[in-house]
Amino acid sequence: MDLYVYPEFEVVRNEKKCICCQACSRQCANLVHSYDEATDCMEADDSKCVNCHRCVTLCPTKALKIVKSDHTFRPNANWSQATINELYLQANSGGVLLSSMGNPQPHPSYFDRLLLNASQVTNPSIDPLREPMETKVFLGRKTPVPPLEANNTTAVPEPYNPDGTLKTEMSPQIELSMPLMFSAMSYGSISYNAHASLARAATQLGICYNTGEGGLHKDFYQYGPNTIVQVASGRFGIHADYLDAGAAVEIKMGQGAKPGIGGHLPGKKNVGQVAQTRMTPEGSDAISPAPHHDIYSIEDLRQLVYSLKEATGNRKPIIVKIAAVHNVAAIASGIARSGADIIAIDGFRGGTGAAPTRIRDNVGIPIELALACVDARLRDEGIRDDVSLVVGGSIRSSADWIKAIALGADACYIATGALMALGCHLCRSCHTALCNWGIATQRPDLVKRLNPEIGTQHLVNLVHAWQHELKEVMGGMGINSVEALRGNRLMLRAVGMTKEEMNMLGVKMAGESA
Amino acid sequence: MATIDAKGLHFSALGEQLRDLAGHKVRIYNCLGQRYIAAGIKDITLDIDGIPGNALGAYLGEGSSITVRGNAQDATGDTMNGGSIIIHGSAGDAAGYAMRGGTILIRDDVGYRCGIHMKEFGDKIPKLCVGGRAGDFLGEYQAGGVICVLGLDCGENESPVGRFAGTGQHGGRIFIRTKLLPAELPPQVSYRTATAEDKAILCPLLKAYADAFGANYETLVQDTYLLLTPNSANPYESMYVQY
Ligand code: SF4
Ligand code: SF4
Ligand code: SF4
Repeated sequence: MDLYVYPEFEVVRNEKKCICCQACSRQCANLVHSYDEATDCMEADDSKCVNCHRCVTLCPTKALKIVKSDHTFRPNANWSQATINELYLQANSGGVLLSSMGNPQPHPSYFDRLLLNASQVTNPSIDPLREPMETKVFLGRKTPVPPLEANNTTAVPEPYNPDGTLKTEMSPQIELSMPLMFSAMSYGSISYNAHASLARAATQLGICYNTGEGGLHKDFYQYGPNTIVQVASGRFGIHADYLDAGAAVEIKMGQGAKPGIGGHLPGKKNVGQVAQTRMTPEGSDAISPAPHHDIYSIEDLRQLVYSLKEATGNRKPIIVKIAAVHNVAAIASGIARSGADIIAIDGFRGGTGAAPTRIRDNVGIPIELALACVDARLRDEGIRDDVSLVVGGSIRSSADWIKAIALGADACYIATGALMALGCHLCRSCHTALCNWGIATQRPDLVKRLNPEIGTQHLVNLVHAWQHELKEVMGGMGINSVEALRGNRLMLRAVGMTKEEMNMLGVKMAGESA
Repeated sequence: MATIDAKGLHFSALGEQLRDLAGHKVRIYNCLGQRYIAAGIKDITLDIDGIPGNALGAYLGEGSSITVRGNAQDATGDTMNGGSIIIHGSAGDAAGYAMRGGTILIRDDVGYRCGIHMKEFGDKIPKLCVGGRAGDFLGEYQAGGVICVLGLDCGENESPVGRFAGTGQHGGRIFIRTKLLPAELPPQVSYRTATAEDKAILCPLLKAYADAFGANYETLVQDTYLLLTPNSANPYESMYVQY
């Protein structure tokens, strides 16, 4: 007999309000609700509920709520209820625990202990409603490209031509109306309608979304100028037209939710057009192994960077994305020398469609610290302007976004937040492929629940709201261009941090003068 | 036909010339280690004298064909989408990495990890044929396509492939012209002697190899081949418990 795991949630139905319309049972793909004809009553199987609020939201009489069960083990500060239940599950199955979305553990947040500055009296603030505020940014190499002549691969680039005129040729750049992008989520891990919403919203907003590693559906080539196409270790859906379609190409070396391991789209999600877009046989697992099997060094990475530059005729910036891990500064320094134009760093709270729970919850470091140390290291080495820095995992609000820019980010990636704008309720069940909100699923009846027009509008609303907040905060600081906020750590002060933490972040204690 | 003297030419200069020559027949001579030759070019006919560098024909397009009169280095045909690459010599590691379409014919040997991550969808099936021997991890993580190793210079008691052939294989087929089992075959790979039916997909590839290098097709077809296929399209499914 299996060890019994008591359901985490209870479905509470107010019988007085319920009219037995059965909408809840039609809406729940987890088959929690059912109608019992004999008693003319609705029933619920709590054990299947993942707490996604789909039924709660759609119940016409608002008769439903989901509560956390108060059933308990003997309270134990060392053995939490979750730990005990997880142990039972593993004893029953012998399996590696699999879960999704970002790390839910109560690790300390540095964003929450950073506070922003504003001007008073001297250096007056700027009124963003009256004055122009520049939020546009360009991502890519800002310094001249080192010469690539056969016998001269290490020479320092000369900013001047032999005749004394300034070299004006720029490396390719991504132009963004504001320093924000939707980060990589593959078609396969999320639905066609979710991709459609992200692509259209990015286009309307003048920013970019990211294909993730699943290739690009033919319908979405039209959004190419606002698309970043990804190349991951599984090399799914990659061909010359795909590489050419986007505003930039991103090499995925790692992901914050699961540093050091690869991706794995289960065969049941690899169906129909997903398989076609990935170019893998339908129903077979789409496996992206942990490493790229041709990359074991910065030299090897350089080879992939340049093969992509060659394949795109040097017209696209190349992004290299890594997870924030212990040696991130040294790794980023290597990447900056590999010829990459942009480095993307994903913090340990970044989301995922599926990751082994222990890795998601225990591997990697906070993005705030990774960003601060990478920015400092690249500045120390005099190569900061050779690359742009993009960070994600997890940027939850414009406040996190603004703080990340002040810590040195050229732009931020958001994904979990973007999915929430599409209706995601953070039930962390993406890996089951039964997302009731039509996002992390390929089941046609579920996918069509997400209306791309409404999804697009919600994304546009969210990002516009954040942009207004960014402008207001900048105005308050007396800054009228987001470029002047980047790496401006004097705009940050720490509360409740140790000296070491403040050193690492390069910020002063609240109350300390500049 | 355009000709390019590659002596001392940097890969980026060579790449630029080749992109301008797309749609043409081009001969490159004095080739010596230039990487990424023809990367992403959809339509070019290339004849190369010398030794091209890594990632020859990466992301190659359907209308392109490359012939090398010499050896090639690593990652030949990396993520190739279509067309053909014919090497009159040997190729290094990871030849045919993540190939999605097209044909690679290598007269002699290849290094490690040849055909890793090959894919297929529908009737778009990439094919790779090696006349000599292949190193360890042949067809690792193979998801589709056809890999064939002939071992033409192998004796009866030698396997033409190294250890761990087909590690992580979850699709596709590997044909090896041998009666011997490769060393340390991973558990997710099953093997059998290829039947006439199995060989249907192999014959055109053998024909292409024989035509390219003057081998005897009739005897090649008659020979015994070991066929490696995956046990499961979902080899890692049972590893996890969802919650
Ligand atoms: S949707 Fe609401 S009203 Fe309808 S059956 Fe379910 S609980 Fe009752
Ligand atoms: S899984 Fe979602 S839809 Fe189903 S009962 Fe729970 S909250 Fe409602
Ligand atoms: S995407 Fe869907 S399955 Fe994943 S957490 Fe959000 S609501 Fe749940």
